[in-house]
Amino acid sequence: MQQPLLEFDRLRVDFSLPGGTVTAVRDISFTVHEGETLALVGESGSGKSVSSTAAMGLLPDLARPSGAIRWHGGEGDEDLLTVAPGRLRRLRGNEISMIFQEPMTSLNPLHRVGRQIVEVLAKHTSLRGQAARARALELLEQVGIPEPARRIDSYPHELSGGQRQRVMIAMALACEPKLLIADEPTTALDVTVQAQILTLLEDLKQRYGMAILFITHDLGIVRHFADRVCVMRQGELVESGETAALFAAPRHDYTRMLIDAEPRGRKAPVAEDAPLLLEARDLRVRFPLGKRLFRPMEVFEAVRGIDLSIRRGQTVGIVGESGSGKSTLGRALLRLLESQGDIRFDDTALDGLDSTAMRPLRSRMQVVFQDPFGSLSPRMTVGEIIGEGLRVHAPALGRRERDARVQEALRDVALDPAMRRRYPHEFSGGQRQRIAIARALVLKPEFLLLDEPTSALDRSVQATVIALLRDLQARHGLTYLFISHDLAVVRALADSVVVMKDGAVIEQGDTETLFQAPREAYTRELMRAAFLDGEAA
Amino acid sequence: MPGYILKRLLQAIPTLWIVITLSFFLMHLAPGGPFDGERQLPPEIEANLLATYHLDEPVWKQYLIYMGNLLQGDLGPSFKYKDFSVTELVAQGFPVSLELGLWAIGLALLIGLPLGVIAALKRNSTVDYLVMGAALAGVAIPNFVIAPLLALVFGVFLAWLPVGGWNDGQWQNLVLPVVALSIQQIAYIARMMRASMIEVLGSHFIRTARAKGLTEAEVIWRHALRPAMLPVVSYLGPAVAGIITGSVVIEQIFGIPGIGRYFVQAALNRDYTLVMGTVVFYGALIVLLNLLVDLTYSALDPQIRHDD
Repeated sequence: MQQPLLEFDRLRVDFSLPGGTVTAVRDISFTVHEGETLALVGESGSGKSVSSTAAMGLLPDLARPSGAIRWHGGEGDEDLLTVAPGRLRRLRGNEISMIFQEPMTSLNPLHRVGRQIVEVLAKHTSLRGQAARARALELLEQVGIPEPARRIDSYPHELSGGQRQRVMIAMALACEPKLLIADEPTTALDVTVQAQILTLLEDLKQRYGMAILFITHDLGIVRHFADRVCVMRQGELVESGETAALFAAPRHDYTRMLIDAEPRGRKAPVAEDAPLLLEARDLRVRFPLGKRLFRPMEVFEAVRGIDLSIRRGQTVGIVGESGSGKSTLGRALLRLLESQGDIRFDDTALDGLDSTAMRPLRSRMQVVFQDPFGSLSPRMTVGEIIGEGLRVHAPALGRRERDARVQEALRDVALDPAMRRRYPHEFSGGQRQRIAIARALVLKPEFLLLDEPTSALDRSVQATVIALLRDLQARHGLTYLFISHDLAVVRALADSVVVMKDGAVIEQGDTETLFQAPREAYTRELMRAAFLDGEAA
Repeated sequence: MPGYILKRLLQAIPTLWIVITLSFFLMHLAPGGPFDGERQLPPEIEANLLATYHLDEPVWKQYLIYMGNLLQGDLGPSFKYKDFSVTELVAQGFPVSLELGLWAIGLALLIGLPLGVIAALKRNSTVDYLVMGAALAGVAIPNFVIAPLLALVFGVFLAWLPVGGWNDGQWQNLVLPVVALSIQQIAYIARMMRASMIEVLGSHFIRTARAKGLTEAEVIWRHALRPAMLPVVSYLGPAVAGIITGSVVIEQIFGIPGIGRYFVQAALNRDYTLVMGTVVFYGALIVLLNLLVDLTYSALDPQIRHDD
């Protein structure tokens, strides 16, 4: 067994809030050893991030930590909770460094990236001036930034999310730390970029022989990268062990539930002669890039000539990374965006219809968006939100009938109808997404556009929403267009899949065929990144 | 960049045209005229005067004549200060107003920024509450109340400073008007800086800076101050406009021979050309200052680049 490096000893973190004390972490004990990757796993609110920020002394002012976090990397044992502030600062960024979940906002937008790396070197090493710059350049090269000699003088906004995370890693590694705390470092990134960053971290770990405390909610990452796993739930450590052993034989119910929450199952196919419900030919969406004086208007084509057909009762999955045009495509199909090309819904040609002409059709085609927090009006009760569509599309309904329909919709999504008198902020993310689905269902639509409906949810909640969507489809004969970057979810839900990149279709076909034998290199790359290759899911 | 500046200046032309046109007709809507004095002029003389200045023509014709002259850079003669042209009066008054304004905005920044930073760093402490309470009072009390109070206390009761006059810009004469002019801006800037500083201190890159092992002073000085100042910089445009309009009142109260004072006198006297001259000048000045603020902003924030 290697030497212990960082030891959490009955760490407890209380937050003293105006309404009383909230305990985020309850007496957890575990140890990170030299050179190992330890994954701290849990869903949102489990206290995993709070524990790691406590080790860095970066907790907010309201937090009251107790217990001990012992650092064995220095001379003698030090408790990071009580060590002198000056000593803690000498450890931070030097012996223990940290990368964060938000690569877009974690760099100072006003400083060039080179300067931000040099700042760490100047703080903790004797390198100055040209020598420090040379080392920064070397680090940028190591983390795989293209054209490091040019990028060293870039500002953060000139880099992509993945590149910014690479800069964060370069900064974290500048002083060759013994421990890297990585707090969901790939959650905000596209899957292919995520895979690159994980590979990079693995390489650098070997090279520098450092330990990694990896905080994540993604069990796919854990399975592939961690030596050992600690599972947290509601501030408590419920289970820990070697990765392989823990996945093979989880002892705690919660761990088992997390592992089982990985999307499973396949969709039953629809009859081959099911009628076409939605069809698009050579669909294009163009955005003006802003007019400039004395120059012709520049145009960005977000969707470049896509053909698509969906039969009644089918689910078509659209997968792609951010910026691939998948959401734009979905919105154009519903005429929420101006587009060129033919769109037919049932027997009606949609292209060219203005918003007034579309209105009667809206009740038949509905949409559920990604963000369950932003897409429900905070000033309306749940009943008002769900019932609003009925006021437009079924104005003849009396108040009592409308209320009955709202209750029915809530029961449909397995929520208590009594909830209709409450406001959205009183509900969790999963419940809100159910409300959003109820809002769409109350109009009894035939077609539902689901734009990343489960991306903002924890895996276990995600599983219940997916089960709900399946159930609703079976009961009401719904047709889905399911947009997602999550291949596992799409595989479990869709009859056929469209892979998009840069506004065009890379590959499309029957779900099973496409997953078993992807033809295009890009599709294979996506699957590898999502850990779906060679795995019996 | 030069293309951007050119574009902004071209965009200013319709703005200024609207301002000039509106002011022109509004002014002529007001009853009375430049030669309605207490002493009635003989009718022939008045007719002569009106004819000389085209005031006997219909208003739309006067407007065309005025715009024609303006395009040639001629702001016309003053009706009241008959020996001076409007251009000469503006040229005389502007340096005085400028000096007053620069001091005021300088003082506002010098006091407002640190107050805001201190309040943000010590938030929810007694210091914070004191600073923000004072700032609230500063925002609430108009400068035409503050100015006479200052004059009363420091000029009359304590007799430390003169109650008015310019005296070629001696510092004693400057203190009271500058303070009166800047108090409201100090309050605004302090409140703004506090809010913006608190927001920046909560941002992710500040957490990164702390995670690097920097001291709190380094974190604030190197990472927090500049981004926190950005909203204040964009406020400087409106602030200067506020100081300019404020100086109209303050110059009147302290008897300072700046443009603001001419403006008030001219409006009361129906000195049409002088009113219009100051409006044109103020308008152009505010447009220019806003451009300057935007250029400064882009120099401070690399995310904003003004392309052609």
